[in-house]
Amino acid sequence: MGMATDAQFHVLAVDDSNIDRKLIEMLLKTSSFQVTAVDSVSKALDFLGFHEDEHNETITPSVSPNDHHQDVDVNLIITDYCMPGMTGYDLLRKIKESESLKDIPVVIMSSDNIPSRINRCLEEGAEEFFLKPVQLSDVNKLKPHLLKCRAKESQPNINNRNGLEERHSPDRTITSYGGLEVV
Amino acid sequence: MDVMSQLQRQWLEHSAFLRKEGYLDDQFEQLQKLQDESSPDFVIEVVSIFFDDSEKLLSNMARALEQKVVDFKQVDAHVHQFKGSSASIGAMRVKNVCIEFRNYCEAQNLEECLRCTRKLQFEYSVLKNQLEYLFRLEQQIRAAGG
Repeated sequence: MGMATDAQFHVLAVDDSNIDRKLIEMLLKTSSFQVTAVDSVSKALDFLGFHEDEHNETITPSVSPNDHHQDVDVNLIITDYCMPGMTGYDLLRKIKESESLKDIPVVIMSSDNIPSRINRCLEEGAEEFFLKPVQLSDVNKLKPHLLKCRAKESQPNINNRNGLEERHSPDRTITSYGGLEVV
Repeated sequence: MDVMSQLQRQWLEHSAFLRKEGYLDDQFEQLQKLQDESSPDFVIEVVSIFFDDSEKLLSNMARALEQKVVDFKQVDAHVHQFKGSSASIGAMRVKNVCIEFRNYCEAQNLEECLRCTRKLQFEYSVLKNQLEYLFRLEQQIRAAGG
């Protein structure tokens, strides 16, 4: 299941606005990303194969019907903040609380420039916060985050993630969840 | 001057006019820059989505303001969406009316909200005509081999 280091990065874009979805899709494709665009957080979670009890480590891996793993390889999630139903912030939290998904970088977009909102997202673990309308120069900021993740995957002896967070398990090896690699 | 050059000049002049008069801002140019051989109709496609969405939003706004008890938060939600989409395509005048409109939603001023709806309808209609003219020129340029 190994991926070549120069394989395309796959970005999951989440936005309820038809226009903004089209726009972000184009921006990402222009930057040579592979894109999947969905219009809601619940669709995003479905796509990621997310299930509520993923952060509960007591699941037995054999015959449980809830034994789902991340079905697709997503290298980055970019999401609008304001959406009906679950917001981008809700998505961010769910991702960061999920054992299998928490290492996927998440970027938040918003048409509103609200410092407290921006801080909250960054504190919750968002890599970047883009103000809309998103520009190509913003999208160009994404590659470093992705290359950093990919570089770490090929160095299994690194103990911590840039020394930013404390981890329970000090060995940052390639995560394998049910046979699929998280790149 | 041959037909092609004439058309191209008309296109340039009209684009410049739209920018100068504030109908469109830099963001529209960003959309044009994203358009390429692999997505030759990108701008028209995005703008078509904008037209569809806008008409729905304007209709929703009007209906919300007609209610016996107006839900200004609901009206504001529609205006907020419209502001976002107009900003995304560079529709500056439309976006500015939305900004004004939101203030009146917050103040729950029905009369001013109704005035804003009319203003929004007007700006949107004008923009639509302007863009449709621009796209017709583009079609003609393509047909002439451009």
